[in-house]
Amino acid sequence: MSATTFAWLVLAFPLAGTLVIALGWRALPGRSAGWLGSLTILLSFGAGVGALLELLALPEEERSLTASAFDYASTAGLDADLGILVDPLSVFMVLVVSGVSFLIHLYSVAYIASDGGYARFFSFLNFFVFSMLLLVLAGNFVLLIIGWAFVGAASYLLISFWYRRTTATAAGIKAFVINVVGDVGLVLATFLLFQATGALDYAGVFAGAEEAFAENDGTLVAACLLLLVGAFAKSAQIPLHTWLPDAMEGPTPVSALIHAATMVTAGVYLIARTHPLFELAPAAADVAAIVGTLTLVMAATIALVVTDLKRVIAYSTMSQIGYMVLGVSVFAYGAGLFHLMTHAFFKALLFMGAGSVIGAMGGEQSLDRMGGFRKAMPFTFATFTLGALALAAVPLMSGFFSKDEILAFTINRGGGYVILGVVGYVAALITAFYAFRMVFRVFFGKPAPEAAELERGRLHHADPQNPATGEVEDSDVGFPGPEHHVAERSAPMAAAMAPLALLSVVAGLVAIPGVTDTLEHFLEPTFADSRFIDAHPSESAEYVGLAVGGSVGLLGIAIAYLLYMRRPGVTLALRDRMRPVHSFLARKWYFDELLDALFVRPGAGFGRFGRTVVESVFVQGFLVGGASGAVRAGTSFARTIQSGYLRAYALLLFLGVSGLALYFLIASA
Amino acid sequence: MDVAWFVVLSAFIFCIGAAGVMTRRSPLVVLLCLELMLNAGNLALIAFARMHGTGDGQIFALIVMVVAACEVVVGLGLIVSVYRRRLPIDVDELSELRG
Repeated sequence: MSATTFAWLVLAFPLAGTLVIALGWRALPGRSAGWLGSLTILLSFGAGVGALLELLALPEEERSLTASAFDYASTAGLDADLGILVDPLSVFMVLVVSGVSFLIHLYSVAYIASDGGYARFFSFLNFFVFSMLLLVLAGNFVLLIIGWAFVGAASYLLISFWYRRTTATAAGIKAFVINVVGDVGLVLATFLLFQATGALDYAGVFAGAEEAFAENDGTLVAACLLLLVGAFAKSAQIPLHTWLPDAMEGPTPVSALIHAATMVTAGVYLIARTHPLFELAPAAADVAAIVGTLTLVMAATIALVVTDLKRVIAYSTMSQIGYMVLGVSVFAYGAGLFHLMTHAFFKALLFMGAGSVIGAMGGEQSLDRMGGFRKAMPFTFATFTLGALALAAVPLMSGFFSKDEILAFTINRGGGYVILGVVGYVAALITAFYAFRMVFRVFFGKPAPEAAELERGRLHHADPQNPATGEVEDSDVGFPGPEHHVAERSAPMAAAMAPLALLSVVAGLVAIPGVTDTLEHFLEPTFADSRFIDAHPSESAEYVGLAVGGSVGLLGIAIAYLLYMRRPGVTLALRDRMRPVHSFLARKWYFDELLDALFVRPGAGFGRFGRTVVESVFVQGFLVGGASGAVRAGTSFARTIQSGYLRAYALLLFLGVSGLALYFLIASA
Repeated sequence: MDVAWFVVLSAFIFCIGAAGVMTRRSPLVVLLCLELMLNAGNLALIAFARMHGTGDGQIFALIVMVVAACEVVVGLGLIVSVYRRRLPIDVDELSELRG
């Protein structure tokens, strides 16, 4: 089988899984929907490996295959088909997405086991994986937009999975609206590119763009900025990032899958995929680099003060995606995608660990109430700490190599990029600090009652309530199920976390500067046309970067150790002394308030204006009321003629006929 | 004889009929007056037919008579059914179809 056949199979399995689970869930007993869903993703991953092997068998310059299932539209000047592109970049994304997705499906089999919407969850989850794979395999902008929108819809469905929880549905709507803003950006960008190049497939657009545009041409920069709107909305970058922390209302596996490992990296993929355009429009790429840097700093600082365990990880995700966006925007594609991969591993792992802890807490997510889970949950502790080490970029962990490669490439560009790189290192310090703030606050210190209970062998069972608002809930469908699950007691959860823990440690080995360059070499055919393909930082510079990054990471952990382990309580004193800073960070830099004031409230005000003035006064009062009033006035005259008196009718008839006769007599005379 | 006499007579009869329709309140008399008006028309038609020397007007008059007969049937039927339902036999009282 050729690589494209395997690619079709990659798409077919999750789609089949979605349909079978969604339509046949009544016939699937027990947990079989979950196992079936996991199996389809595993098969998809297998097909992805098949595509990889087929691709590797080809000579390097031929490693870009297209295939088309059928034409949507094929007319003069417009050629849109259901076409896929199989090249190293898409195969790489397929493997990361389907691999991590499989493990998260496995985790969900146990995590969501007692939920009333078990089968629904897996049909959504399979649909999401299908959409994401469609997005990365798309061979033209049309199919990309379809995948892009599907992914947003799947994200909405899964965030609002507990649909009776008011905060969850609100978060789903928020995520969907912001994602649609991104969709609009992507569609407009496609229009601009199509207008200029007359093509919709990637190769045609890139070739056409080189002919149609000079460097930094206004239209091209506009198109690239619109692409960035799409990328930023999906990848939660400033200013379209506010949905991601709220999206933590969804079940934890969803956070791990969509809001850490796969969907939010779609923006990074998009920039990497359209890199010929960004290289032609360096101004837009610079915007992306600056926004990425801003986001990574902002999110890291917010993660310092957030007390919701999942939201800390969410802000961390935002920050790490900032690094990736920075990487691909300074044309260090290999580095950016490398970080995408390692981040998918360790961030999914962190979320899984967090899910396990939250299970032990009976749904409670606040760091303030956690503590001392080290003895009660040794497996979760070990894997979570490995994930945190990778996130903190401790030497030899995966995040260490990938993050520092991005920063080394950034600094290598010289000029203003050095500032971005330095800022990246500062944020790395904060990252290490907040990563271990989580570890120390959750697993060390005085055991929380739940931890003590678990040590005695009993899983805490809380009355179901919304952890965000404290609203009382039941455990019927639409709310979390009656039981919670921890990795220590559910084999599928542990089985999913172990490989990710291993990968978080060793995934960095594929790109040790000067030793291995497996990943970069594999991706090279996709980026062979890049002008920056050879713009490597020197080996010594990379090692200096690694040394700096490693020591910064260790320093951050040391500070966290000092503040939370040696002198617990000093952080509270610090908070009280720096009230304004703390509240600025705790209110998330006031972005929610800013967007609220800029868009939401004017939008709502405009809507109110439309309802009270346009609708009530103009439409109801003037248009509808005016028309019916005129008719009523006209008919009231006609009504009075209809007196019901036969003799009056006769008189009228007589007068009318006489009048007519008179008229014709006069006219003919 | 001059055709004008016939036409004047026809006009007289027509006016008598019309005045009766508009002034009388008994539906029977109204029907009678309607017959007067129709026959005034017939008279004029036949007079003009004689003047022109063709049969068209006479044919017309015959058709009008047929129509008048039908109209009388319907009108009398209405009056009978009004009478049977014990409603007032007075066109001014029967004014339920006012707008």
